[in-house]
Amino acid sequence: MNLAHTSLRQLAAALRAKTLSSRELAQSYLDRIARMDPQLNSFITLDAPRTLAAADAADVRIAQGDTGPLTGIPIAHKDIFCANGWLTTCGSKMLSNFVAPYDAHVIEQFHAAGSPLLGKTNMDEFAMGSSNETSYFGPVKNPWDLAAVPGGSSGGSAAAVAARLTPAATGTDTGGSIRQPASLCGISGIKPTYGRVSRYGMIAYASSLDQGGVLAPSAEDLALVLNTMVGFDARDSTCLERPAEDFTAGLDKPLAGLRIGLPREYFSDGVSADVANAIEAALKEYERLGATRVDISLPNTKLSVPVYYVLAPAEASSNLSRFDGVRYGYRAKDYGDLTDLYERSRAEGFGPEVKRRILTGTYVLSKGYYDAYYLQAQRVRRLILDDFQQAFTRCDVIMGPSSPTVAFNIGEKTSDPIQMYLSDIFTISVNLAGLPGLSIPVGFGAQQRPVGLQLIGDYFSEAHLLNIAHQYQQATDWHAQSPALAKA
Amino acid sequence: MEWETVIGLETHTQLRTLSKIFSGASTAFGAQPNAQASAVDIALPGVLPVMNRAAVEHAIRFGLAVGATVAARSIFARKNYFYPDLPKGYQISQYEIPVVLGGAVRVTLEGVERSIQLTRAHLEEDAGKSLHEDFHGLSGIDLNRAGTPLLEIVTEPDMRSAAEAVAYARALHRLVMWIGICDGNMQEGSFRCDANVSVRPRGQKEYGTRCEIKNLNSFRFMEKAIEFEVRRQIALIEEGGTVVQETRLYDADRDETRPMRSKEDAQDYRYFPDPDLLPLVIDAQWVERVRAALPELPDAMAQRFQSVLGLSAYDAGVITASRPLAQYFETLVLGSDPKSGSDPSLDAKLCANWLCGELSAALHRENLEVEHSRITPAQLSGLLVRIQDGTISGKTAKEVFEALWQEGGDADAIIEAKGLRQISDDGALEKIVDQLIAENAAQVAEYRAGKDKVFGFFVGRAMRASGGRANPVQLNDILKKKLAP
Repeated sequence: MNLAHTSLRQLAAALRAKTLSSRELAQSYLDRIARMDPQLNSFITLDAPRTLAAADAADVRIAQGDTGPLTGIPIAHKDIFCANGWLTTCGSKMLSNFVAPYDAHVIEQFHAAGSPLLGKTNMDEFAMGSSNETSYFGPVKNPWDLAAVPGGSSGGSAAAVAARLTPAATGTDTGGSIRQPASLCGISGIKPTYGRVSRYGMIAYASSLDQGGVLAPSAEDLALVLNTMVGFDARDSTCLERPAEDFTAGLDKPLAGLRIGLPREYFSDGVSADVANAIEAALKEYERLGATRVDISLPNTKLSVPVYYVLAPAEASSNLSRFDGVRYGYRAKDYGDLTDLYERSRAEGFGPEVKRRILTGTYVLSKGYYDAYYLQAQRVRRLILDDFQQAFTRCDVIMGPSSPTVAFNIGEKTSDPIQMYLSDIFTISVNLAGLPGLSIPVGFGAQQRPVGLQLIGDYFSEAHLLNIAHQYQQATDWHAQSPALAKA
Repeated sequence: MEWETVIGLETHTQLRTLSKIFSGASTAFGAQPNAQASAVDIALPGVLPVMNRAAVEHAIRFGLAVGATVAARSIFARKNYFYPDLPKGYQISQYEIPVVLGGAVRVTLEGVERSIQLTRAHLEEDAGKSLHEDFHGLSGIDLNRAGTPLLEIVTEPDMRSAAEAVAYARALHRLVMWIGICDGNMQEGSFRCDANVSVRPRGQKEYGTRCEIKNLNSFRFMEKAIEFEVRRQIALIEEGGTVVQETRLYDADRDETRPMRSKEDAQDYRYFPDPDLLPLVIDAQWVERVRAALPELPDAMAQRFQSVLGLSAYDAGVITASRPLAQYFETLVLGSDPKSGSDPSLDAKLCANWLCGELSAALHRENLEVEHSRITPAQLSGLLVRIQDGTISGKTAKEVFEALWQEGGDADAIIEAKGLRQISDDGALEKIVDQLIAENAAQVAEYRAGKDKVFGFFVGRAMRASGGRANPVQLNDILKKKLAP
């Protein structure tokens, strides 16, 4: 069995049948990481003894018959999730020495399921970035092309999954940070409805937009991991209490009669031809599966980027105030008085993109500017939400490209933040509306770099989105393809 | 020129909850530094606030007690600023939409009743403490207090003198303790007032420029600080200067206020709704449940004591100074449960006199709260019944009271054991008087010659002869009769 190219369901079956132990599985991934990750830089922290100890504990559980779908299956977590005893950096120098003293709710869920923590994945600093180039721990490379970015901010998770260095990985998505890197790395990724996954222990970037999710090769894998990840948590006031749901249950439903909404704003000049072609081919496949196309409009799409870059920095400027060098994290070596301690620690501890967003956020919340920026942005956010509600009266799912282009080159957009921000134009409005979104690989564009199709559903339609994605993956094999590097 | 003082007060009342407003850590006072600071209080990366329902309930309780509007939906906001005792770099407070709107507190000053209007009351979290001593040039941070629930109660600029401001603060202090939302401990910082003070020429409509005085941790200091500040502002203006809007700190040792920070370096707090907390929604049923559990309020109780029990306004006011005192009084006067030993027929005025007199003095002497009184209402009732039925005189009763206080037991037993029963037997008293008349012929002659003052001599002698037990009314009658010429 080629472990690295085996689905989660098959791995779980092998573990349960005891033809495979969790220790073997974990060790095989640790070996792959040791061999391949020096090229990719997708992990920030590895702790093999700890991972193997957790795998041994899982093997004991399996021996006792205490198994769930993820028992014994190691999973990598984005370094934004606090894990007790693990370095938790959020990709920043500011937290480069921070060992979390507690588990995030998400980490607790995986512990309870018996899934060993394989390692902490690289990410844009404080999840601010679309290319994983803002990480203090260096950029991550795209496994399909080492000259290309993997996308961001969950770039480490996406690259690790694409290179099959982990069966699946968690990520977070504030403006596209799961769907865009999934798209650029040719894998599947889901951002659930806001409030599905507890934010407790997930280091906050923009609280009203942040949502945890999953990256994995296939929609079926996503469903299995999501089953473990979601769950009500009273420690997050925005976490929603919902009846338990098995996201794998409806995967096999046929798609006949499915109405796919195609927003004309997502098929404009802004989309490169190679991406447009791959998307069109995917839509034709959906038609073969019994779906029909519906032309729709999301007229406020163009406002989503400016609205996001008011609201997200506003929340971030406040969320990141706690990193002041006083209680934990980076503190400047030399400082005079208290103000100097703050200024030096923050000047030295944060990278340029984080500073840019803190400054932007501070500005838009300032007296005299608040109404014109923050309040106005909240009003437009409401319009964007209304656009989607309008659209869902005419269609069951909205589709379009996850990203207007395939992966760009490392360094290509770093000097032009606006160009960088625009790479999230199709994903951001989903966060502003709080909707679930999913990206699946549907082919390749320029330079054989992957193209992702985005599926957007109404609130709590994750199971349906996964069903729609799974049916496509049953009919195609884009999701099963992996980069040459991963086959080594 | 004649000046008018204008004062508004902001009071931070620490709400009596077991745990903090947004975390499960204990709010108990006096623990080792940082022993009561949870991950949320320290603001570790990734932690989130969760609203404490008990704190909200206290806010509702307060709103109902002052006749305010309890907002069906209010919003928590972040007030952003950097300080080491503010771990998140922002304080969670309420800004645009507070939980309590309006309301009023009645105060009585020199017999005149006034209503002080409230602007609002809002929920917020307290900061920690910076400790600047004992760290050899460094500062220590204690986050035990960080996240303690506060209700900030803000008045309109309704008060016109330091005395009136203090009267309001006292009335508010009594009220928040009465309804059980605050322990009122000013030394521990459970009840902290800031005063906004300005002056204007009498008759002028516009307010003068105000200064905010902080650190008023006792009613006495509040009065002195405001008086100082009023004098300072008037002197400044009369010398041709202008008042600068600023925050000033009261220094009790030097009895003066000093500038802390001026408006120029006032911070921009960049308030915005906290995305980690949902709007606070309070439905009508919740409000009604809280209303049903609200105790009778002090003003209403004082009214009732006057109209039903015939107490004076003064006595009613003293007795309703605190809820335990009022409860003691009620048990004493109205307790009709035979098991409690109280007698419903007791005279309320007599009870009030004893409560405000002997009992208060004894409590004060031993620095006890009334709820820890060494004499229970039932014991005191047993004593007062014997005064009322003439068994003992008021003077003897004080002796019995002392015995009860020191040794416990019940009044009747003490009266019996000490032989303190009043002599109300005409025959016995007549015998004493007859003997006195026989032994003091000279004084009898003086009295009969019109020297009325000598009457007191006979009362004193008769009392001494009876061991202080003679019924004074009867004794008077008999003396008058027998001494008559």
